[in-house]
Amino acid sequence: MKSANPVAEPIQLRSQRQRQWHTFVRNKTALLGLVVAVLIIIVAVFADDWFIALLQDRDARPLIARFEPFKQDTFNRLQAPDSVHLMGLDDYGRDILARVVHGGRVSLIVGIGATLLGGIIGTTMGVVAGYMGGAVENVIMRVVDALMAFPGLLMGMMILAVMQRLPGSGLTKAIIGIGIIMTSGFARVVHATALSIKGREFVTSALSIGAGNFRIIRLHVLPNILGEVVVLVSLQTAQAIRIEASLSFIGLGVSPPTPTWGNMIKDGMQHITYAPWLSVFSGLAIVLTVLSFNLLGDGLRDVLDPRLQE
Amino acid sequence: MIKYALRRILLTIPTLLAIVTIVFLVVRVIPGDPATAALGDYASKQAVDALRERMGLNDPLWVQYLQFLGDLLRGDLGTSMITGQSVREQVLYVLPYSLELAVFAVLVGMAFGIPIGVYTAVKRNAAVDHLGRVFSLTGLSVPAFYLGVLMMLLFAIKLDVLPATGGGELDDWKDNLQHLILPGVTLGLIMTASVTRLTRSAMLNVLSEDYIRTARSKGLAQRVVIFRHALRSALVPVLSVIGIWIIGVIGSSVTTEMVFVRPGLGKMLVGAILQRDYATLQSIMVVYATMVAAVNLLTDITYGLADPRVRF
Repeated sequence: MKSANPVAEPIQLRSQRQRQWHTFVRNKTALLGLVVAVLIIIVAVFADDWFIALLQDRDARPLIARFEPFKQDTFNRLQAPDSVHLMGLDDYGRDILARVVHGGRVSLIVGIGATLLGGIIGTTMGVVAGYMGGAVENVIMRVVDALMAFPGLLMGMMILAVMQRLPGSGLTKAIIGIGIIMTSGFARVVHATALSIKGREFVTSALSIGAGNFRIIRLHVLPNILGEVVVLVSLQTAQAIRIEASLSFIGLGVSPPTPTWGNMIKDGMQHITYAPWLSVFSGLAIVLTVLSFNLLGDGLRDVLDPRLQE
Repeated sequence: MIKYALRRILLTIPTLLAIVTIVFLVVRVIPGDPATAALGDYASKQAVDALRERMGLNDPLWVQYLQFLGDLLRGDLGTSMITGQSVREQVLYVLPYSLELAVFAVLVGMAFGIPIGVYTAVKRNAAVDHLGRVFSLTGLSVPAFYLGVLMMLLFAIKLDVLPATGGGELDDWKDNLQHLILPGVTLGLIMTASVTRLTRSAMLNVLSEDYIRTARSKGLAQRVVIFRHALRSALVPVLSVIGIWIIGVIGSSVTTEMVFVRPGLGKMLVGAILQRDYATLQSIMVVYATMVAAVNLLTDITYGLADPRVRF
């Protein structure tokens, strides 16, 4: 009937990619999230010229941040924010803006590193459980349930507390500890999707022409869960950064003098009554970063999650 | 119904056992000696050996495991590796503070979250709806301890209307309540964000149903349609995840107790971690696991009561 209509609507010659991009940029808050997240990453990467310093074998010099994060000016300690030190000085007279920027580096490395680690392990667990089924599925999903039943922060505290007695840097431990917590989120979502894909006709037809399990997972299952994984990466990065901040606030993970947003808030608590800027700015950095990744993830979900599309 | 509840209680046992086992294994299987870690690198060999003997660390793993389970069944939470005090006594002292904090926070979360969620759903796409979205997304992005710091700055330091730190006297309800408000509202506001988001989307789903249109076309008042017809069924999904939020509140209470220097399980746990007191650490984790299992159990049973479609 529709084709008989003389004034048929013009056919939309857009690929799926173009349509998705179109939906994404129309979502103003998601776009804002993307822009802010990218800016934060740029500031953290180019805080100093470490990449040139590495080649020339010297100490890094400040690039975006005007001061060095460890340089002390004890004469002016606890100085309030002014036009030179935009966020003031801490109790050792170190520039807080420089420390917030460098702390962002730690937060992002841990946040993104832990999410990638948890994402790779969790996605593998989810695909294997969903596709294989049977006893394998049962064992994997019970472990995931047990991990999910517990508050992430508590689990992270326990893992990092026990890892205190191992050698190695706080950064690596934080990535591993938080990565383990991130695993369950990925595994659960991917498992559900893998289950539904397994029953679809294209998998059956691939099986019927003799394709192996590995080939089916690689060519048919993985491409179909990619969208969901991308959304999760954004949302879980936000989560991981928040957990890292809480853990370093407690005193676990990366240890001083290396600045992290969490340990800066903790150190500032001693002077909170008369020098609140010690804690307030690094907290704002956490909120801004976590919020931008959350907004981005929310927007990506609208674009990539087929269940929400009309 | 009773049969359902009993079956649900029985199902809690394997979950609890799983968590207790994970806690037990994490403390022992990760390389490094807990006794050396607790006493520090400069401790004498005799002191380390004595502590190992006292903690039963020299026994085979399965003996330790059975011993641990047996102690727990008798309600014995062991003794601190550092002070030698009974963990059970310390837990019993701080538990009321942690419980009142969690209950207060959950009440705040529901009391604010549900009305805001309903209102923003009814006023969909209006300015207030966008404002609500910003509010709930920000709430999801603020770590509890940072919100606590801001609340303390505003209400305890700038305005000086509430005490900044401490837990107050449990016998003196007024003093106790004054100390409870700031940390309780802090945690409650974080929970409000999630409750608002879910209530709004559940309400939007229900409001597009046919029976709501029927109710409206009958000429019923908006108030009746929203509260009697829509909210009732919108609350079912909200109830189903309330357990997850309460568990979230329990998790966030650790850092909140630290900010407000409030006695509680969380502060005790952090103390144990910083002192590397693994005996206290594992016992507190078991207490938390029990709380989490209890919350899950109660949620499931309440959900069964609220939703007639759940079959027993």
